[in-house]
Amino acid sequence: MVVSQRGAGPGERTVVGKESGSNRAPRLRTLTRALPVTPALVILVLFLAGPIAYCAYIAFTDLQLTGQAESSFTGFDNFRTAFEDDAFLNAVWLTLVFTFLSSIVGQNTLGLALAALMQRASKPIRTLTGGIVVTAWVLPEVVAGFLLYAFFRREGTLNAILDWLHLPSQNWLFTLPILAVSFANVWRGTAFSMLVYSAALNEIPKEITEAAEVDGAGGWRRMWHITLPMIRRSIGTNLMLNTLQTLSVFGLIWVMTRGGPGNRSQTLPLFMYEQAFQKSMIGYGTAVALLLLVVGSLFSLVYLRLLRTEV
Amino acid sequence: MRPTPTPLLVATLLTATALTACGSGSGSDPDTVEISYKQSTDNSVRVMDKYLADIKTQFEKANPGKKVKLVPIKAPDSEYYTKLQQMLRSPKTAPDLVYEDTFLINSDITSGYLKPLDPYLDKWDDWGQFIDTAKSAAQAEDGKTYGVPDGTDTRGLWFDKGIFKEAGLPADWQPRNWDDILDAARTIKEKVPDVTPMNVYTGKPAGEAATMQGFEMLLYGTATGATESPLYDTGSKKWITGSQGFKDSLQFVETVFKEKLGPDVSDALDPNFATRVRGELLPEGKLGINLDGSWLPQDWLKGSGHEWPEWSEKLGLAYMPTQNGQSPGKVSMSGGWTWAVPSKAANPDMAFEFVKLMQTKANAQKWYIANSGIAVRTDVAEDPAYAKAQPGIEFFTDLVANTHYRPAYPAYPKVSTAIQEAMEGVTTGDSSVTEAAKGYDEELKSVTDNQVIKK
Repeated sequence: MVVSQRGAGPGERTVVGKESGSNRAPRLRTLTRALPVTPALVILVLFLAGPIAYCAYIAFTDLQLTGQAESSFTGFDNFRTAFEDDAFLNAVWLTLVFTFLSSIVGQNTLGLALAALMQRASKPIRTLTGGIVVTAWVLPEVVAGFLLYAFFRREGTLNAILDWLHLPSQNWLFTLPILAVSFANVWRGTAFSMLVYSAALNEIPKEITEAAEVDGAGGWRRMWHITLPMIRRSIGTNLMLNTLQTLSVFGLIWVMTRGGPGNRSQTLPLFMYEQAFQKSMIGYGTAVALLLLVVGSLFSLVYLRLLRTEV
Repeated sequence: MRPTPTPLLVATLLTATALTACGSGSGSDPDTVEISYKQSTDNSVRVMDKYLADIKTQFEKANPGKKVKLVPIKAPDSEYYTKLQQMLRSPKTAPDLVYEDTFLINSDITSGYLKPLDPYLDKWDDWGQFIDTAKSAAQAEDGKTYGVPDGTDTRGLWFDKGIFKEAGLPADWQPRNWDDILDAARTIKEKVPDVTPMNVYTGKPAGEAATMQGFEMLLYGTATGATESPLYDTGSKKWITGSQGFKDSLQFVETVFKEKLGPDVSDALDPNFATRVRGELLPEGKLGINLDGSWLPQDWLKGSGHEWPEWSEKLGLAYMPTQNGQSPGKVSMSGGWTWAVPSKAANPDMAFEFVKLMQTKANAQKWYIANSGIAVRTDVAEDPAYAKAQPGIEFFTDLVANTHYRPAYPAYPKVSTAIQEAMEGVTTGDSSVTEAAKGYDEELKSVTDNQVIKK
C-alpha cells in the first residue's frame, strides 16, 4: 500500500500511516487522489458540460432571438413541432442521403480503393497521389466550399469541360444540389479514409496474403476473405469518424448552396441554423440540434457493435 | 476514477456562478460611444461609413475627451439583424447606438432590447420637425418611441431607356396594370434577347427586400380599398390567410420566372443579387425593368464607387400600378431605418447626443442627399436645395401620398420569412401557387400563435 503511494507528498503518507485500518482513510485518500484532476474536471464542467446542459434546457423552451418578452418552458413542444414539420423531415432525409452518399459510399469506399491501389503503386506515384489527396483535406472548409462552388456553378469549370466535350451542360448547383454537395464532401474527406486505410493495410502480415496467393486465391477473393476481415476494426473506426463528421458538415454546404434552391440541399445543420438564427427561434433550433445528436449516436451505436463482434 | 457526487455538485455551482458573473457588469469605457451599423457588402459603396466618419469628427471636436467608436457589421440584410440581436442580448457586446430597420423594431422592442427615448425626445426641440408618420414608425404598442428615423423611402419601377428604345417601347413608359408590365417584359425578351427583361426580388436569400420590394408591392396593389392592408386585419388584429390577392401576387412571381422574364433563378436566389443589380446590371444596361427602392442612386453619386451621374438620362421612372388599374392606380411601400439605443447600452446619454448631432438640419439634409433618402423632416423637405439636389427625389417624394407602411408588429419578421418561402417555392418551381399559398397559411398560423383570419 505505502509503496504504491511513493509519488504522493510526505505529509500525506503520514496521514495514511496513522489512520490505516479506520474507514476514513480510503475516503480521504480518494479525495486527495481526486485533487490533481479537479482543475481538469472544473474546466470540463465549465466549458463542456455547462453549455451542453444549457443547450438541452433551451431545447425545452420557446426562447426567441427577437419578438418575445419572456421565454417559457414548453416541455416537448419543440420536438412535437419538429416531427410534424415537413421541412424537418425533408432535412432528416437529405442528411441521410448526404451521409450515405458522401461518407459511407464516397469517402469510405474511395478511400479504401485509393489505399489499396497505392499499396501496389511505385513510390513516386504514391507520393504524388497522396500529396494531392491530402491537399484537399488540409484546405479549410470554406475554401474547399468556394473551390467546388467555382467548379459546379453555371460558368464553372465542370461546364467548361462539358462544353469542350460537346456534352450538355447545366447549372449543377441548381439541378442536382444534393449530389453536388455530396461530391464536394467526398472530394474533401476522402484523404482521411485513405490515410486510415493505408495504415491498416500496412499492418497486414505479408505471409498471410502470400499464403492465400499460393492457395490460388485471386485478387478479389484475397480482398474479401483476407484483407477486409483483417482491417475490420479500422473500417469501423473510420466509418464512425467519417459519418459523425459528415453529419455536422455546415460550412461546405452553406458556401455552395445555402441549403437551396428551395430546401433541396438543406441538411439538418443548415435547417437548424435557419430556424435558430434566420427565423429567430433559438429554442426550436436547439431542439433540432439535440435531434441531430440522436441521429449521430444511432450511427455510433451501429458502428460500435461492428467493432465489438469477433469474426 | 469516478467523481464523487459532492465535487461534481460544487463544480456545477461554481460554473453557474461564473456564468452568471459573465452576464453582469459592463466592460465599456464611459468616454466612448459605440455605434453599430450595417455596412454595404459592396466594397466600393461606403456612403454610410463616410457620413458617420464625418459626424464622428464633429462630435469629437464638440466634446473634447469623448470618443466615438464605429463598429460596422458587414453582412447581407438578414444576417445583419441576427448579428445585431445577438449583440443586444448582453451588456458586454451591446453597442450604445444601433441602426434598426423599422420592420424589425417592434419585434426587438418586445424582446426588451431597446430603450424608450421619450425622456430625451421631450427635451429635444428638433423632434417637432419630424412628420407624424415617421414618428409613429418607431412607436411601440405601449405608446413609447424607441427610435429616431433618419429618412424614409418609397418604391417604384426603374427602367432602362436604351433597352426600351431597342425593344420599341416608349421612353415615357407608364404601365396601368400588371399585364402592361409583363407585356413590356415579354417584348424585351423577344427583341433584346441578351438582357434580363425584369427583376423582382424573391426568396429567402434576398430577405426583406423580397418581401417588401417584391411581394408587397404586388400584394398591396390587389387591395380594393386604398388604406386596407391585405396582410393584416386591423379591426380584428389578425393576420389574413387564404386571400385571392396573395395567390395573384404569387402568380405574378411565378409568371416572371416561368416565362424566364426575370433573372436566372440561381442568380435571383443569390444573397448578394441586390448588390449586383445596383453595381453591375443597371449601370451596364443589362436589365430592362427593375422593381426597386428610391435609394438606388446613392450608389451612383460622385465619390461612391460606382459613379454614374448620367443615370437620370439612362433610366426612366414609373410608378407601380395596381393589379387591374383599380383606384388609386399606384402603389408604393415605405419603410426606413431608425437610430435606437439598446437597453443594455453603457452610455445612453452620449448616444443620444450623437443622434442629435446627426439630426441637426444641416447634417440630416446631408444624409438624405447622400443616401438618396426621402426626408422625414419638414424643414429639409421644404428646402429647395434638397429637392433640386438629385433627379428622382421629386418623383419618389410624390409617391409618399400613395404609400403603405408594413404592419410591423412583433410577428412581422416571421411573417415576412413565410412570404419569402412561398415566393421561393414558386420561383424555383418546387411548388405551385396553390401549394405555396397553402404553405404560407400554415406557417402563418404557427408563427402568429393562430392569430389569423380568413378573407
